[in-house]
Amino acid sequence: MKAFTTLDGLVVPIDRSNVDTDAIIPKQFLKSIRRTGFGPNLFDAWRYLDEGQPEQDNSKRPLNPDFVLNQPRYQGAQVLLARENFGCGSSREHAPWALDDYGIRALVAPSFADIFYNNCFKNGVLPIVLPADVVDGLFREVAASPGYRLRIDLAAQTVITPSGASHGFSVDEFRKYCLLNGLDEIGLTLRHADEIRAYEARRAQREPWIFGGAA
Amino acid sequence: MNPLSLYEKLWQAHVVREEPDGTALIYIDRHLVHEVTSPQAFEGLRIAGRALWRRDSILATADHNTPTTDQKVIADPVSRLQVSTLDQNCRDYHITEFPMGDHRQGIVHVIGPEQGATLPGMTVVCGDSHTSTHGAFAALAMGIGTSEVEHVLATQTLLARKSKTMRVQVEGSLPRGVTAKDVALAIIGHIGTAGGTGHAIEFAGSAIRSLSMEGRMTVCNMAIEAGARAGMVAVDETTIAYLKGRPFAPGGARWDAAVAYWRTLHSDEGARFDRVVTLDASRIEPLVTWGTSPEMVTTVGGRVPDPAAESDATRREGMERALRYMALQPGMAITDIAIDKVFIGSCTNSRIEDLRAAAAVVKGRKVAANVKLALVVPGSGLVKSAAEAEGLDRIFIEAGFEWRNPGCSMCLGMNDDRLSPGERCASTSNRNFEGRQGAGSRTHLVSPQMAAAAAVSGHFADVRTFLN
Repeated sequence: MKAFTTLDGLVVPIDRSNVDTDAIIPKQFLKSIRRTGFGPNLFDAWRYLDEGQPEQDNSKRPLNPDFVLNQPRYQGAQVLLARENFGCGSSREHAPWALDDYGIRALVAPSFADIFYNNCFKNGVLPIVLPADVVDGLFREVAASPGYRLRIDLAAQTVITPSGASHGFSVDEFRKYCLLNGLDEIGLTLRHADEIRAYEARRAQREPWIFGGAA
Repeated sequence: MNPLSLYEKLWQAHVVREEPDGTALIYIDRHLVHEVTSPQAFEGLRIAGRALWRRDSILATADHNTPTTDQKVIADPVSRLQVSTLDQNCRDYHITEFPMGDHRQGIVHVIGPEQGATLPGMTVVCGDSHTSTHGAFAALAMGIGTSEVEHVLATQTLLARKSKTMRVQVEGSLPRGVTAKDVALAIIGHIGTAGGTGHAIEFAGSAIRSLSMEGRMTVCNMAIEAGARAGMVAVDETTIAYLKGRPFAPGGARWDAAVAYWRTLHSDEGARFDRVVTLDASRIEPLVTWGTSPEMVTTVGGRVPDPAAESDATRREGMERALRYMALQPGMAITDIAIDKVFIGSCTNSRIEDLRAAAAVVKGRKVAANVKLALVVPGSGLVKSAAEAEGLDRIFIEAGFEWRNPGCSMCLGMNDDRLSPGERCASTSNRNFEGRQGAGSRTHLVSPQMAAAAAVSGHFADVRTFLN
C-alpha cells in the first residue's frame, strides 16, 4: 500500500450530498480487469457532455465547462471537499482507484459511506471526517479564494487552512499506522497465520458443516 | 450472563484476534465471488506469490456482464474478457464456479441462499455491496472492496471494527398489496440513506417474522441503501425450513447439530442496541421513488414533493437537482408519471415469489402501448426453470414481456440491458442513482407487483386496485 504522511494540496469542492460510487466511476468502466487507468473517467457523466466508453481516447471528448473538475482554478487538485454520505452505494473499489489515478490523495467531508471509507485506506487515500459546520466553512473559503489549499498531517491528525486554523480529526490507530508506513495488510495478517489455523480448528470442532463444499 | 444482540453473537464467534484499538481480525466462512470485483484480487495474489487460503469457502459465478438474451458468447469483448478471466481464475485455483451456461448460474445473491451456501451463523462476504442480502439467514454478511477480496483469498480473514447496532422493529401486519420491498423503502424513507452508516441493522418485529425468506432477503438486500453494511434477521422455523435439503446445507446428524446451534442465533431478551427504530406495518403503503436517491420515496397515492417546502439548503438543492434530472414537476401525482420501460429482476426482486406476485397482476392483461420494453430477468437458472414449470413465462410473454436469462441485467446495465438517455423505468432493483440504468436514465424503484401494475397501465398505478 502507498504511504500517506503529509499533504499540502489544492482543494476542489463537490458541493452535493450523497455522491454515490456510480457517479464517481460509472459502470461501463468496471469491465476493466486492471487497477489503474480510471482517472480520466472520474465523475465521467458529470465531467463530459457525451457518454464515455471503456478504452476510449478521452482527450477528444467534449468537456462540461460547468463541472468543477474542468474549471482552470481547480486543475491539479489533490484534496476533494465533499458533503454528507460521500461514496454511498456500490462497493466498487474502482471509485478510490479513479480518485487516486486522477491525483486526489485526501478527501474531507462530514461523513462517508462505510465501504467507500474503508476502500480509501487500502489505496493510500485519506478520508477525513470533519464536523458539518467546519466543512460548510471550508466550502465558503474555497469558493472565495482561488488557489485554496489545505495542509494535512496524518501523524498529527490535523487539517490546517491557509489562515492557520487547525482542525483535528480522528482516525483508527491501526489504520493510521498502516497508512503512515504504507504497510501491506495481507503481509501483516499472515504473520498471525498460526492463530487463524488454531481458530479454524476450534470452529471445525464446533461447526463442522462450515467446512467442505456441497454435501 | 450479559444479554447479547444477534450481531454481537455473530461478531464474537468470528474474532480471531484483536488489536488494542479495537481493530479485529474476523474469520470469513463463505466468500462469494463474481467477475467484476475479483480479477484485480486474483492478480494481486499471483503477483505476491501467495496461496489461496481455503478454496472450499468460495462459490463463484458470473452475473454482472452476462447477456440475458440467448448469446452463447458475449459479444462485447471487454465484458467477455472479464467473464473469461473469472473462469480462468476458478480453474487455476480449483474454485467451485457456476459459469455462464450452467443451469445453476445466476445473481450471486440469489444463488448463495438457493444452494444453501449461505447458512446461519456464517460470516459471508462478497465484493458487492448487496451482500447484506445474506443477513436474512442470521449471517453476518457484508460487501467488501477488491483489496479486501484479496485479503480474504489470502488469509480467510478480514480486518474490521465492531459496528454500532440498530434494531429496526416493524410491528403489525402488512396490508394487501404491500410487500417486503415496500417495507425496505419505507425504512430507508424513514431513516435516510445514511441512517444506518456505521451500524449493523437487525430487522425484527412481527411483520419481519411473517415474511418468507425471500421477503427477508429483499429487506436485508436494501440495508446498504440505508447506509448499513450489514442487515440481519434472527433464525426461526422459516429459516430452518428453507435450508433443509439444499445442496450446500449440512445433512444427516450434522443437520440436527447445526439446527440446534442455529436456534441460538437471535438477540437475547434485554439486548441493548445503539439505536431502535419502530415502524407500524399496517401503515405502510405501496411506494414509488421519485428522485435519485432511494430515500426520495413516497406512496403511490402521493405527489412529487415541492423542494420549496424544504428548509435545509443542501437538501433543497438536492431535491431540485433530482427533479431536474428526473424531469418531474413538484405536485405531480405519482400515478400521472408515464413510463417507457419496466424491469423486473435484480438481487432485490428476482426470486420465484417475486415473479409469481408480478405474474398475478399481469395475468390476462397486456403491456401498455407506450411501454417500449418490459423485461423479466429471473435471478438464477433454477428460478427460471421453476417459473417455467409453473407457466409464469407464458403469462409474461402473452402480456408482451420479454422473458430473459438470469443475471444482474438492467439493475446496472453492465451488459446490453440499459435505458437510453431520458428513458423512464419502473424497476424492481435497488438504486435510482443518476445514470444507474444507463447514461441519462430515470429510475423509479418499486415492488414487483407495482412494476407489473405500471407495465399494464403505462404509468404508475396502485396495485391494490388490481387485487380482488
